[in-house]
Amino acid sequence: MRKPYHDVVAAVPVTIPYVRYSTRSAHWWIARALEALLQESGFSKDTIDGFCVSSFTLAPDTAVGLAQQLGVSPRWLDHIPMGGACGLVALRRAARAVQAGDADVVACIAGDTNHIDTFRLNLGSFSQFARDATYPYGAGGPNATFALLTSYYMREYGFSREDFGKLCLAFRENALKFSGALMTRPLTMDEYLGSRVICEPLGLYDCVMPCAGADAFLVLGRERAEDAGIPYARILGTIERTNAFPEDPIQARGGWARDCAELYAMSGLGPDDMDFVQLYDDYPVVVVQQLEDCGFCPKGECRDFVRQHTFEAGGSFPINTSGGQLSVGQAGAAGGYLGLVEAIRQLSGRPHGAAVDDAAAGFVSGFGMVSYDRGLCTSAAILASGSA
Amino acid sequence: MTPPLTRPPKKNPVPRTRRPTVPPSTRSRVALGLTAAAAEGRFALQKCDRCGNVQYPAQEMCRACLSEQVRWATVSQRGHLLSDTTLHHSNELFFRERLPWRLGLVQLDCGPTVIAHVHDDCRSNSAVRVTAKLDRSGQAVMIALPEHDTPHMSDEKRYREFVCDPKFRRVLVTDGKSAVGQALVHALVAAGTSMVFVGVAEPWKRATGFQSVAALPQVQVMPLDVTDTDSLLEVAGEVGSKIDILINSADHNRTSAVLEKRDVNTAHDEIEVNYLGLLRLAQIFGPIMRGRGADGQNSACAWVNLLSIYALTNFPAFGSWAASKAAAYSASQCLRAEMREAGIRVVNVFPGPIEDEWHQLILPPKLTPAALAAAVIGALKDGVEDVFPGAVAQDLIARWRECPKTVERELALER
Repeated sequence: MRKPYHDVVAAVPVTIPYVRYSTRSAHWWIARALEALLQESGFSKDTIDGFCVSSFTLAPDTAVGLAQQLGVSPRWLDHIPMGGACGLVALRRAARAVQAGDADVVACIAGDTNHIDTFRLNLGSFSQFARDATYPYGAGGPNATFALLTSYYMREYGFSREDFGKLCLAFRENALKFSGALMTRPLTMDEYLGSRVICEPLGLYDCVMPCAGADAFLVLGRERAEDAGIPYARILGTIERTNAFPEDPIQARGGWARDCAELYAMSGLGPDDMDFVQLYDDYPVVVVQQLEDCGFCPKGECRDFVRQHTFEAGGSFPINTSGGQLSVGQAGAAGGYLGLVEAIRQLSGRPHGAAVDDAAAGFVSGFGMVSYDRGLCTSAAILASGSA
Repeated sequence: MTPPLTRPPKKNPVPRTRRPTVPPSTRSRVALGLTAAAAEGRFALQKCDRCGNVQYPAQEMCRACLSEQVRWATVSQRGHLLSDTTLHHSNELFFRERLPWRLGLVQLDCGPTVIAHVHDDCRSNSAVRVTAKLDRSGQAVMIALPEHDTPHMSDEKRYREFVCDPKFRRVLVTDGKSAVGQALVHALVAAGTSMVFVGVAEPWKRATGFQSVAALPQVQVMPLDVTDTDSLLEVAGEVGSKIDILINSADHNRTSAVLEKRDVNTAHDEIEVNYLGLLRLAQIFGPIMRGRGADGQNSACAWVNLLSIYALTNFPAFGSWAASKAAAYSASQCLRAEMREAGIRVVNVFPGPIEDEWHQLILPPKLTPAALAAAVIGALKDGVEDVFPGAVAQDLIARWRECPKTVERELALER
């Protein structure tokens, strides 16, 4: 039985408003996030003795060079290259460090810049397999991978474009109340269905928009947070998995399918106990996959689940209450933080946009790193409000 | 089903000729094994010697048992198209200019799942054949083809980007008088070329059979001597911008070993034609062809060198000639690197002895000019880069790959 995360909490959710293109470096974005963490917590830099960073555009630096630029001297440092899974992985590693006494207050930050050419350059050098076996085929990054998965889902499970569109429209509705979102107009089903085809069957609104931005939070002891008067969310359980089910010819299930039972057992809660879920949403088919693999509906029945529910913050099954990446934007590795930071906001009683009433427990999952034909990293956590 | 290709219209001279672009060509070293096999028209994937696991993409250790004994092996090309998509957007210029573009995910019967270009005639969620071909950057890519050949499948627009099919293309054969040259012209016409410019050196010397070549409606005979720069400039000025495929068939062979002569005159003549001739052609026609690497439906696409298997290892019976072919081979590798930027393939053909007057005293088997011509057409249609046609070439290349030193000794004994 895994040791629970008693007395360790996540707090001070920070989102530095995203921009489509930035002339700044990733270093600048991460510095803005650290500054915001300090301002909102009231801590000084010296208090931060743990430092965890994720970024795709920090090269040639890592968290090490960044520590010098930011003038921090952490006694615990991590740099997590797990893309969309990085936020939850940062949370669980930092939590164990605090629990063990290796660090007292860990700043977890993900940030990326987006220059005009950043996205294209990153695609070609993303991984050895991408360089050798996908990039030469002309697809713009993971678009083709998820177009292939989407058409597989449509064929095997009877999804229509409208089913995926329903998710996108709901996330957009949530984003309209979140000031950090890049998408600021409502999305109609006609617009969704009539949008420019990017990679059949994916249209423009099925694909995230790459942008610049940063998200961050602190991990610290519960007493420490309470002494400082900082609201927080409790950590009930976490999982991560890399390279699950390598034998599957197409990624029809993610690593959550292997680990979710353990997550619920550790948390003492079930899927029905969640007041909201924050799911990784670079493409709507991935959301569908998480709903299935994380136990919210049986495999193959998600189409009906999507048709039965509403997903706005006030709906029957709130998903991505700040708008998710599809509407807020995908700021590189910060995409792996967006849902987690929003969950901490909802559970620590300071939602930034649409609020889920009386949220006591929430589910967050992450998904990242399409090295070749599939996303390799999955992660998830169940968080609870501080007062519950 | 692919509709048959129609003869392209005459070029509109007003719009700017599109500059050539190529797909991304960067590969890790280990991935080049796929290119090495595809360059010869083979489909090979990595197979573990220890546990038999077949894997893709390439890497330096077995994914199953971690053994370092992974080898490129010929494997089954059969597979199932699990899912497919059509790109309407790409960040790469080459693809942007050719959208829409079809891609798919294929599960191979031998194990791995591969991302592949998908031929129009493949049906979704059905059986396919996967092959590896060189793309316009010169690197190998996977292509899913229909399980069985379909009518006109080689006419598909995107498929034609991977091969150098002579159909409706215009070709320059630098020497059309020799037996090999004549066979090439006949084979090209049969393969659907719309025009063959046939070079003739010393036109006052008549060659047997040439009249039937010159009489073909697709043929335009042109005075051309690869040792005479002026004649090349004249041909280039007249038809240079119409040459989609150049086949250098000019050859000078005066059977001799090094010590059989008291001067270097023969060697000089062989170098003049076989090596310097190639350089002159390259310097005059190369830049024109490079400018036309993306010139509409029938862009410039291939440059063919008729070399010899003895370019790899000297055969003393043809000692000085083999040396000139070795020089040409080396220059062709440089030319290949330079032409690749424009997506133009340099095809090297390495035959053994040919059934002609200069190989009279060589024992059979010998390659007939018609068989050599068929191998050249086959190479263009399949999009391969190195061809070893005939039994002798196949035998020698296999032995040479095993041990070049052994072949050197054995050829010395055959003298």
